[in-house]
Amino acid sequence: MIREQEQEMSMRFDSYPENEQFARMVVTAFLMDLNPTVDEMADVKTAVSEAVTNAIIHGYEDCVGQVSLTCRKHGKDVMVTVSDQGKGIADVERAREPFFTTKPEAERSGMGFCFMEAFMDEVHITSAEGRGTSVEMKKHLHLPAGE
Amino acid sequence: MEFLYETKTGSLRIFTPREIDECVASEMREEADMLIDNYQIRHLIFDFSNTEFMDSSGIGMLIGRSRKMGYIGGSVEAENLSERVQKIFTLAGLPKLITVVKEEQYD
Ligand SMILES: Nc1ncnc2c1ncn2[C@@H]1O[C@H](COP(=O)(O)OP(=O)(O)OP(=O)(O)O)[C@@H](O)[C@H]1O
Ligand SMILES: [Mg+2]
Repeated sequence: MIREQEQEMSMRFDSYPENEQFARMVVTAFLMDLNPTVDEMADVKTAVSEAVTNAIIHGYEDCVGQVSLTCRKHGKDVMVTVSDQGKGIADVERAREPFFTTKPEAERSGMGFCFMEAFMDEVHITSAEGRGTSVEMKKHLHLPAGE
Repeated sequence: MEFLYETKTGSLRIFTPREIDECVASEMREEADMLIDNYQIRHLIFDFSNTEFMDSSGIGMLIGRSRKMGYIGGSVEAENLSERVQKIFTLAGLPKLITVVKEEQYD
């Protein structure tokens, strides 16, 4: 069997907060053979957690919908896409600003997108009001195998 | 989920769990508020010894508790932060609201 250099996995799950941990575990397991450092793995895990939480809390704020998660690995490059068909983002540039949140009453801090940007190399947001949001993130793993 | 905690006249130490995400943060929020009210807590300590992972949901929960303690004239501290949690704290500007106790200060 000839192995493709690039591998992809994808999953869909209901927008319950309990599924966040599950999503993080799947991504962690999928990336394990790239031998990321503990820090790199934590970076990706945090970014996945942020994007998935946003889909659940904001995208499907008062309903249950499906969250899609796709993860691709190619050499030392990792790409993660999280999307929902929820309510969408009115102003994407504003949403990216630190401390901007539409849910201050729910004790949100408005740091989600900042964490994604801090921990990944690239973050692309595509969104349409009433149609949904897709967040595509890339990270190049730098350090050699091992710790 | 059951959270480990210790109370001592007016002070509450909460041992935060291994991972703090939205699920865990919302339970911690409720439990901490209940304990703060029931035991008339004035000094709240989050002990992060066991925590390896925290996302922005944890930040929101911590800011909320720090506000609550502010209203009642109390204080909030965070102890035993892993490098990872420290990084999250710094990025979110949390050290401005919560006193981060460094290990050196023990001895
Ligand atoms: N998937 C999504 N669907 C709809 N709106 C979204 C989505 N993701 C983000 N948003 C909007 O962008 C804002 C900023 O998101 P961000 O993750 O930075 O902060 P937050 O989720 O409000 O707070 P925190 O992540 O700190 O808990 C949100 O308040 C929300 O209005
Ligand atoms: Mg968020």
